[in-house]
Amino acid sequence: MLNRGSSLGGVLGTLWVLVSLLEVAIPPAQAQNAAPAAAPVKLGIVSFLTGPAAAPFGIPGRNGAEIMIEAMNAGKVPAPFNKVGFGGSNIEAKYIDEAGSAANVVTEFRNLVQRDQVDAVVGYVSSGSCLAVTPVAEELKALTVFYDCGTPRIFEEKSRAYVFRVSPHATMDSVAAARYLLAKKQDVTSYSGINQNYAWGQDSWRDFAGAMQVLAPKVTADKALFPKLFAGEYGAEISTLLTSKSQILHTSFYDGDLEAFVYQEQARALDKRMTILATTGEAAMWRLRDKMPNGTMIGGRGPHGPLAPDSDLNRWFQKIYTDRYSIPPTYPAYQMAMSLLGLKLAYEKARKGDAKPTTDEVAAAFKGIEFDGPSGKVKLAIGDGHQGISETAYGTYRFNKEKNEPEIVDIIRFPAECVNPPAGINADDWIKDGMKGAKC
Amino acid sequence: MLTAFAILIDGLVYAAYLFIVAIGLTLIFGVMKILNVAHGSFYTFGAYGAATAVAIYFDRGLPDAGGFLLMVLFAMILGLALGLILERGVMRLVYGRDEVVMVLVTYAAFLVLEDIVILVWGPGSYATYQPLLAAGNIEVGELILSNYDLGLIVVAALLAAVSYWALKFTRYGMLLTAVIFDRETAAAFGINVRVVYTVTFVIGAMLGALGGAIMAPKIAVTLGIGVEVIVLAFAVVAIGGMGSIEGALVGALIVGICRAAAVHLVPQVELFVIYGVMALVLMIRPYGLFVRAQPRKI
Amino acid sequence: MAHGGRIAAISALLAATAAAFVLPDWIISLATIAFANGLVVLGLIVMWRAGLVSFGQAMYYCIGAYAVALIGRWTGVTDAVALVLIGGACAGLVSFVVGFLLARYREIFFAMLSLAFSMILYGVLVKTESLGSTDGFSVIVPTFLGYAPHREKLLVALYWLVLAVCASAAVLVDIYFRSLAGALAIPVRDNEIRVEFLGMAVSRLIHTKLVISGLLGGMGGALAALAVGHVDPNMSYWTTSGEFVFITILAGAGSVAPAFVGSLVFESVRSFAFAVLPQLWQMLLGSVLLLTILFLPQGLGSLITRLRWRRNVEAP
Repeated sequence: MLNRGSSLGGVLGTLWVLVSLLEVAIPPAQAQNAAPAAAPVKLGIVSFLTGPAAAPFGIPGRNGAEIMIEAMNAGKVPAPFNKVGFGGSNIEAKYIDEAGSAANVVTEFRNLVQRDQVDAVVGYVSSGSCLAVTPVAEELKALTVFYDCGTPRIFEEKSRAYVFRVSPHATMDSVAAARYLLAKKQDVTSYSGINQNYAWGQDSWRDFAGAMQVLAPKVTADKALFPKLFAGEYGAEISTLLTSKSQILHTSFYDGDLEAFVYQEQARALDKRMTILATTGEAAMWRLRDKMPNGTMIGGRGPHGPLAPDSDLNRWFQKIYTDRYSIPPTYPAYQMAMSLLGLKLAYEKARKGDAKPTTDEVAAAFKGIEFDGPSGKVKLAIGDGHQGISETAYGTYRFNKEKNEPEIVDIIRFPAECVNPPAGINADDWIKDGMKGAKC
Repeated sequence: MLTAFAILIDGLVYAAYLFIVAIGLTLIFGVMKILNVAHGSFYTFGAYGAATAVAIYFDRGLPDAGGFLLMVLFAMILGLALGLILERGVMRLVYGRDEVVMVLVTYAAFLVLEDIVILVWGPGSYATYQPLLAAGNIEVGELILSNYDLGLIVVAALLAAVSYWALKFTRYGMLLTAVIFDRETAAAFGINVRVVYTVTFVIGAMLGALGGAIMAPKIAVTLGIGVEVIVLAFAVVAIGGMGSIEGALVGALIVGICRAAAVHLVPQVELFVIYGVMALVLMIRPYGLFVRAQPRKI
Repeated sequence: MAHGGRIAAISALLAATAAAFVLPDWIISLATIAFANGLVVLGLIVMWRAGLVSFGQAMYYCIGAYAVALIGRWTGVTDAVALVLIGGACAGLVSFVVGFLLARYREIFFAMLSLAFSMILYGVLVKTESLGSTDGFSVIVPTFLGYAPHREKLLVALYWLVLAVCASAAVLVDIYFRSLAGALAIPVRDNEIRVEFLGMAVSRLIHTKLVISGLLGGMGGALAALAVGHVDPNMSYWTTSGEFVFITILAGAGSVAPAFVGSLVFESVRSFAFAVLPQLWQMLLGSVLLLTILFLPQGLGSLITRLRWRRNVEAP
């Protein structure tokens, strides 16, 4: 039955080749059949739906998009965002997985823009994806909003016309971490770090150590550990840290690795000797709960979640998200919400009458935009009006035993101009030169 | 002095992890000559199974030891089921083909099983820390060691001892050794190689799942944990030699201690250690450390 | 290639070239990347015919890609043809050096050693923060013998370049397969010792094949770098090698054309799976692979053989 050269095999094989070549024909045909009556706005939403980055970033981002788009289409978002959809046009979203090599990501981006003809692409968690997609977005003149990726390189390497990022970049996190540390622990003499051995971890450590060097040159860095990304097993690293004399441990570990590290160090009481400073800890606190050590200094890549300023919009967003997904929104969900709100505002600003605005009109309206969202105020002030800056906040983690809920206390807010480089200056150079121009 | 001790303990813990993960793979590889990529899936299912077991058991006020047992049992049952389904259902269809094709079949199975995990458990991550924290810790000078880690070392040593004894002194173990040595001659002597294949595959699956279950309390059980494990297991098997339990043990020890030394002393090379060790060993002993003298077939 | 086969191949090539005027941009882009990958797969086929499967082919892919990116950045060279040749040459050089060691190994140990080398390259690139570590960096826009196209024209120009390189490589490799050295691959796979007894130096033969596959891998990587516009260390990771091996098995070791057809079909199926099952695409891909292995044991190549009028002797 299954022997060589079976005719069944031949039929199956031919079918397969045909199907794979047919798939290129179907979507364009569908696009032509769509009635252009109220010309909906098509968005491509890209984030990690599979792989280890799905649970901490990709899925919350996707959920944030889903709930916001639903609310927008129903006109339920509080003012000034209460117009239905984008300026009256319904939003249709297509969700794509970010997984795969740079070649895959670029191919899927092209598919979204050229095959599915989306009006804008919102997404991307990995800095590598963002860097690969940017030149293609510029070449295709496709409006693109990055919601999570952290590298400052995107707008520093070249000025862009169609790529925007509402969320501040990663430099802000490390600089604010240093400032918070020095505000809370004036007697610190030495710090160590454990960061993942790839661009994000390396950049976070470099920014943090650089900021510490500028703000407190007498404080020394002891152990700088770089375990493999998703290593999962940190026994040797914990042993090394147990023999260190540092009072503070900086880490940019996120969810999976952060959880594994916290469990393993808890078993060995490392947090009794060193206070942990987790720059992305907010995303994991709802899962770690009472296992995150009390006293951990915690950040959320910006003023998101419990670190967000209180406002009607924030409370509304938390409610609709928690009602739907049974867990409060973490910072990727906030970042996605802010990105979509920014895009919506730009669309509505550019729209004249009933006609759909062109990509160039929306881009022009988006440039330099300023608004208040669930995470507070953001302004696209650097990167030639394409990169957002906002204030940020760090706090100290405490598990409230009476309420049986995690909470963040001792929050310090840092103004946007304090922890972000000024317009026109590279983040790296800014830190190296002593962070001139910081207004705190 | 303390650093040397720390390196030793850390090396042993990591070696235990590698060995537990690799032993199933080297068994399947030695007997069936297949590089089973789906081993990562056994590990993953074992970990998720343990997560489910822990969620059911712990926090109910029952004794902790029962939790360990339940976790391990659950995982091994999953491994058994998965191994049987895979072997009888899929592998059986491709026996006799080119070995590379068999590897590809296991890779295809791995892809499908990854998504089955999403279907059953969802894309979120699971926390199984209760056994780890329940075990407590012990202070040795400045160093604090986790009892769970030390337990891992004990489990790995036990596993090594039991497999060694089973292979050398039980009838079935000797049959297995014969098949590892020369499949065709063993069949000519009347050994039912097909049954041996099935049993080996299932044992390998159970061991892989056991590895996942034991590691689950230390890590966050989420998507993708199987992927890294595959390469680590392969590397240890390549270093140790195909089908050799002693080889897997020695390979795991070498890699574990080298890596621990790297983390403590020269952290910059930590990323390369396992591949560097593998390359070095293969350059000196092209068939792995514990290779049996093979007659050249003409 | 039989006479009928040659006509079919040439017409396929002409059709592919003309298709650039008709097909939408995103398909051209997909096909460009698929054919560039097909070149790497061709290198793997060269080695698989001799019984060797490399899990480190990604290393040459990565070297070719980084060579293009770095030369474009540091020197002023932007000519696409020159860049591709240089990329291939760099990878070929590395495979020549590494080949002295690698040619002695077989089977799983060959696979693991080649994997080790590609992962060491990965580690080195990740540690090199000046090259952006895992974020990688972008590749300059290429020119074509003085002509500097933009946008859609650039896309088509790259596509035609890839087609040209692939066609030339296909012809050359086909000639190689018909030569003594190429034909010896099958006997070497079946029983190396007998081939040695016949007086041929097997190690040298394998070494040559390694260099050829390194060259092809490097050129494929160079073309991919130009097509995607971005390089990162992930190009040297073992899962990238795994993908190439995946496509090789699908294509079958019979002849040259399946490398490219197989690669194209793989990219299309994957894209299809992404669009249709965004979270479960792995399952679709895995099932498709499984079905292919079960029902098309000789790979896609056998499909082509069966479609020919004259039933040739089945490719070994």
